[in-house]
Parts: sequence; C-alpha cells; structure tokens
Amino acid sequence: MNIIYMLIGCSILLALTFLMAFFWAMKNGQNDDMQTPAIRILFEDDKPTEEP
Amino acid sequence: MSTFTLTDTQCYHCGTENPKAPYQYDGKSFCCIGCQSVYQVLSSNNLCSYYTYNDAPGQTQAQSLQHYEYLDEPGIAAKLVDYADENITVVSFYVPAIHCSSCIWLLEHLHKLDKGVVHSRIDFLKKQVSITFKHQEISFRKLVELMVSVGYEPLISLQDVVKEKQQSVNRELIKRIAVAGFCMGNVMLLSFPEYLGLSSFEQQFRTLFTWLNLAFAIPVTFYSAREFFVSAVAGLKNKMVNLDAPLALIIAVLFLRSAFEIIAQTGPGFTDTLTGLVFLLLMGRWVKQRTYYHLSFKRDYRSYFPVAVTVLRGIREKSVAIEELAVGDRIFIRNNEIIPADAILMKGNATVDFSFVTGESEPVSKVLGEIVYAGGRQVGEAIELEVVKPVSQSYLTRLWNNDAFAEKDNSIQNFNDNIAKYFGIAMFVIAIGAAAYWFLQNDSARAWNAFTAVLIVACPCVLSLSTPFTLSAVLSIFDKNRFYLKNTDVVEQLARVDTIVFDKTGTITSPDAIGLSFSGTLTEDEKVMVASLARNSTHPLSREILRWLDPGLYFDVLAFTELPGKGVYGIIKSQQVIMGSPAMLASVSKMNLTKVPSVVHLEIANVYKGYFQLKQSWRPGLAGLFQSLSLKYDMHLLSGDNESDGNRLAEIFPNTQMHFRQSPQDKLDYISKLQTQDKKVMMFGDGLNDAGALRQSDLGVAVTDNINSFSPGCDAILDGRSLSSLPKFLLQAKDGVKTIRLSLCISASYNLIGVWFAVQGLLSPLTAAVLMPLSTVTIIVFTSVATHFFATKNSLT
Repeated sequence: MNIIYMLIGCSILLALTFLMAFFWAMKNGQNDDMQTPAIRILFEDDKPTEEP
Repeated sequence: MSTFTLTDTQCYHCGTENPKAPYQYDGKSFCCIGCQSVYQVLSSNNLCSYYTYNDAPGQTQAQSLQHYEYLDEPGIAAKLVDYADENITVVSFYVPAIHCSSCIWLLEHLHKLDKGVVHSRIDFLKKQVSITFKHQEISFRKLVELMVSVGYEPLISLQDVVKEKQQSVNRELIKRIAVAGFCMGNVMLLSFPEYLGLSSFEQQFRTLFTWLNLAFAIPVTFYSAREFFVSAVAGLKNKMVNLDAPLALIIAVLFLRSAFEIIAQTGPGFTDTLTGLVFLLLMGRWVKQRTYYHLSFKRDYRSYFPVAVTVLRGIREKSVAIEELAVGDRIFIRNNEIIPADAILMKGNATVDFSFVTGESEPVSKVLGEIVYAGGRQVGEAIELEVVKPVSQSYLTRLWNNDAFAEKDNSIQNFNDNIAKYFGIAMFVIAIGAAAYWFLQNDSARAWNAFTAVLIVACPCVLSLSTPFTLSAVLSIFDKNRFYLKNTDVVEQLARVDTIVFDKTGTITSPDAIGLSFSGTLTEDEKVMVASLARNSTHPLSREILRWLDPGLYFDVLAFTELPGKGVYGIIKSQQVIMGSPAMLASVSKMNLTKVPSVVHLEIANVYKGYFQLKQSWRPGLAGLFQSLSLKYDMHLLSGDNESDGNRLAEIFPNTQMHFRQSPQDKLDYISKLQTQDKKVMMFGDGLNDAGALRQSDLGVAVTDNINSFSPGCDAILDGRSLSSLPKFLLQAKDGVKTIRLSLCISASYNLIGVWFAVQGLLSPLTAAVLMPLSTVTIIVFTSVATHFFATKNSLT
C-alpha cells in the first residue's frame, strides 16, 4: 500500500501542472475574447491571387 | 454568391431600400456615393469575399466626411496609441460599425489594402480593433482614413485619451476561483476515505491526508478568500457590518478550528467545507460581475467631444488638443463639428444645434459677438470663434462635474448588507449562548466545539449566493428584452422606485420618425417650386421639407437669399417664393401669425399658402403604458421644449405633472427636490441635456434607438422599442427581490437544522460537508426556477 504515497504525490503534481497551464493561458489573454475566434475559424483561406 | 437575396432596389453595400437606385456600378445598385466607393475600393483589391459572408454587410455611408488633420500632430497621436517603438505602432480603436462576420473578415485583412499594416485583430464583443502598423509606411492619419474609406470609421473621442484598464480585476477573480476549485477538488478526494470510515489498516494514511488537506486550505484561506477579509476590515473601519464580515469570520473560524484539530490530531477538521464554501462564494462574485462589454455606462461629455480642434494662429491653421485650448484662442469650426468650449462668435453665420445640451430640436442662430456655449454642433458653413473659457470650466462640463454626485454611491445599502447585520448578531448570540451553556456544565471542550460549530453552520453563504444568482437571472431576462442594466444592484434599485420622471424629446418621442405636415394646398408646380428653393438652403428644416416633397425635378432659382434664423426667399418662374418665420412674409397675412418654432410659413407671389409643421411621432404603445404606470407610480414629465404639445401630451400622460422649458440644471434641481421628499426617483432621458438629472436620480435610464451610439452616463440603457414593456420590467424586479426573500427562508431552515446539531456540540465534519452543498444547490435551483416562473408570469421571455 505504500505505493499510495507516490500515487498521491504524482496526482497532485499532475493537477498542479494543469493549474499552471490554466494560469498561463489566462495571462496570455486566451480567455479575454471568447467570441471572435469562433467566428474567425469559419472564414475560407485566402485564395492565391493571380497577380505575380 | 449562391445565397444572394438582395432585391434590385436594395443597396448592395448596406442594404438600404432605395427604389430609385441612383448609383449603379458593376451591375450593382448603391444607395449613395459613399457605399459605391467602398465597393470600388474593395473590388479593386480583391476583397469581395466581404460580400459573400453576409448580404449587404456595410453600414450606410451617407454621412458627411470628417477631418482627421489633427492626427498628424505627434502630441495628439501619442495619446491615442497603445505602444510605439522605432518601427511599429500598436493602436486600438472602438469601431461602432462592427456587427457581423464580414466586418471581422475585412478589418483583419486590412494588410491587403495597405502594406504598412502588419496585423489587425478584432474583439467582436467590445467592437474593438487592435492594429499593428509600420508608421514609416503609413501614417496614423492615413490609417484612420483607410478605415474610413472602407466604411469603418473609428470613434475617436476625448475619453479614449485616458484608456482605462478594466480587464485585470476580472482576471484576478478567475485566478482565485481556479485556486479554490483546484484545492476543493483535491480536498474532497482526500476527505472521501474519512466519510466512508477508515479501517484500522488504513489509519496510517489518515495523518497524511489531514495534513495534505490543511496544506490545501492555506492558499484558499490566504489567497482566494483574501478579498472577504479586506472588505470586512474596510467595512468595520467605517463602523459598518457588511455581508463580508460574517463570511470572513466563518472562513477564519473554519480554518483555525481545522488547523487546531489537525495539528493536535483530534479530528479531521472542516477543510472540505472551507474550500467548498470559498469556491462557491467566489462563483457568486463572478456571476455578479457579469458585464456588457459593448455597452458603456460611464460615458460623459468627454466621449462626445472631439480630441482636437482647429485653431487659427495668425494665418496658419493648427490642430490643438482640446485640453490645451486656452482662453483667447481663435477656433475654426466646420459643418457638423462640435464647439468644445464656451466661445464668442467672431465670423460667419452660426446655426448651432444644441439638441444634445438643451433638448431643443431646432438649431439656434447666433449673431456676431454672441457667446456660444460648448456642446453645440454647428450646422451650415464654417465659423470662427474666440474661446472665453477653458473646456474644463464650460457650462456643460460644470454641470457634469457637479459636486452633488461625488457622495452618492456610498449611501446605497442593499438588502443583503441590512440582513447581514442582524444575521451576524443572531449568530453571535446563539454561539455564545451555546458555549456558555456547556461551560456551565463544566464541559469546556464541548463549549469550544459548540461555539465554533454554530459559527460554521450558521453561515450566510446562501445569502451571498442567492442574491447574485437571482439578480443575474433577472438581468439576463431583461437583456433578452433589450433592457441593459449596469450591474445586479440596479435590479434592487428598480424594485424600490416609486417616482418616475420622463424627459420628452428623444425619450418618449422617436427621433427618426419625424414627419412633416403641410396645412394648406399646393399644386404639383408649386411643390416643385418649394423644393427648388429648399434645395438651396442648408437649414435642417429645409432639408426636411426637401425630403418630404421629393419632387424629382427642380426649377432654376434666381436671387436666392437666406436670412439666418428667419428664412429663405428666391424668384422662381418669375414669382417670388418666401419660406420662413412670419417676419419674412411680405403680405398682410403675417398679422395674425405668431412665431412658433418648427413651423415654416410659405408665401408664393404675395399669396399666403399655408405652413409646414414638424410632427414628432410618439414611440409605440405609449398611451397604455402611462395609463397603467400612473396607477402605481408618481409620474413627472420634463421637457426642454415649449408648451406647444402640452394638450396632446396631457392625453397620453394622465395624472402627470408636466414642466416645460426646463434647462439641464432645472432638471437636475427638480430631481433633487423630489429626493428631498424622500422619493426614490427613476429618470428616463436621452441626450447630454439629461446627463445631470440621470446621475442625480436614484436610477438613471438612458433611452436610445441604437444601443451602440452615444448615451450619457447612466445605470441602465433601454432600447427605445422596449419602452412599452416598462411595467413588466418593474414587476419582474419586484419579483426578483421576492425570490431572494423566499430563498432566505429556505436557507434559514437549513441553518436551523445545522444549529440544532451545533449547539449540542455534535456537528461532525460530514454533516457540515453535506449540509453546505445541499443548501447551496437547492438555492441555486430555486432562484433560477423561480425567476423564470416570474418571467413567464410577467410575459417576459
């Protein structure tokens, strides 16, 4: 059963990683605008223009 | 272009219906030259995908052009940019025209129109575009003009100069919630074995689990829950017990008792309750903080004023920032520009539209040497004025910065804070009573147990949750019905209102649908003559007459003369045509006519033909609205206009006190007079002229036809189309408060059960851990169900 000590340690570390990832996303401004990216992804790629 | 559904008569760019389709280009029809030129710019740059995402995505380009010379002044431009180094500049604009996916697509492809634009990014909800550009290749002014040329004019106002940082607060709260949620999840997991009962074999883990729980409780208490302590201390310093005070006490007690139990190894502590409580409380805060990014409730005169004005120094014209404008400066105001400071008219014919300031719809003529107050908009030719007062001391700004407003906010104590006081006292009495009882029984350990346990279960957390959840549900129902409140506190204010004050112009009349009527008869030929005369004049009434007659052909006008403030005359088909006030008329007919604003008299070849009159049309559904409101509320009507509509108004407004010719200051004073009679005043207004009164009132509502256009600072914004639903909104707000009171009863019954165990010193961590989330879930479900039930009852969906 001593493995539980290690498992708990691992699980907390893993959870902490996710928390840090969330903080990073927050700081990076990824949650500032929840609306525009949803529209932006529906645009067609630009067609290559005929001009040289 | 498979889904193209526009008819031939609609403008390809903006969709405006125009049967004559005056502009044709590329086989497409346009309503005005502006729309057509936007199309030309886009089609010559291969950007026609703009029209494929939405039909007619543009906005009409019929307005006149603005001048952007001032953006070439480095001092002014520097205040507007977010960031600049030697190569690139970053600037963000508020663009009111952003409304669909085509807008996003086009503005994010600005780099195709000009190589100097590096990158542009849109925030759709805030209608903001942030542009990175190389200032060596495209100047700031050129960039703005580029945006104007494709139909997206950024709104640059004095308020932009002081950019506010509002984002950081919300981010901080989300971080706190994240930490609390993370700790709660882990604590729950580690507490689970305790709930199920540990066998002797597993006892070795117990110490580890409880110590880990304590470790998780530390960041929750000292980081996530910090603001409760800060707010409680701030309240106590002002000798006030707010709702945060009992919450802070409970969090402290929970943490201390858990720490003692865990360190002394006497029990598992209440860390699960603690972390869950903080998490839920913060969620309540978050729900409450809901904001509308696209609406601004804090606008003041600065967002109405331009950033710069043209100043004449000697023979040179120079753009000067508004706040650097000094007394004695000679300013140059073009058509449709705003006069930014009180000034004396030096040159030109001033016809100033003060509708924003006074509510009077007709422009006022000024003679040379007369003082023109700030806030007026010049209509017609360019004029020159000399500044007599700096901007900060003008009549308009003084009205805005009235000292009376400064203290107002603190006085509002909401229902929760009132209850919190009694709740806190009751909690203490029970806790001390229980402790004293067990102490007298010589069971000091149990006394301490009972004391802390009472504080834990008597938690007013439901109180602090039911309010934000109920009110934000009410808010979202209002939102769907086009009534936007500044924050949740406004709902409680709305429920308390007993007096309603309306402004007339623009608030209960709808500004777009101004109609004309002509009393008298005109032949077709005469109509064309009048229209030909009106076409030569820039006066708004002439334009209105021209639009109304819309003859399609015109005669030549000889000897056209316009006398400002009086009228126009000219010779058409060798007949003299005169239009204007009675003083203008040559014939005898003028003797029994009095000068009435918004009335234009007409005389052709010395024969009086009749008069044109501007009709204001009322917003739909008004009559029934005021009938039903006047039964329950004290109604008042203030108008900047004259009494000419008085009789018609009396029909629509039964039992209403009416006051005419009210200046902005009069309106403000009227509101404060009502307030001294201990009335809770709700004020409806629109323009800047009501701004003072809106702020003075207990609940200021700006009525507007386009929620994105300018509205003065206020507590709520109401779309003009929803004005007739007002009684429903008032009922719904009252029902919202009723829901909060009911949920209070429910939570009190939970608390009583908890206190029953607690006073006996028998509260186990498990009971606390079950009771707390159970009551919370009940309340959240109850509030949302009840709010929607009331919404259906009030037929608001």
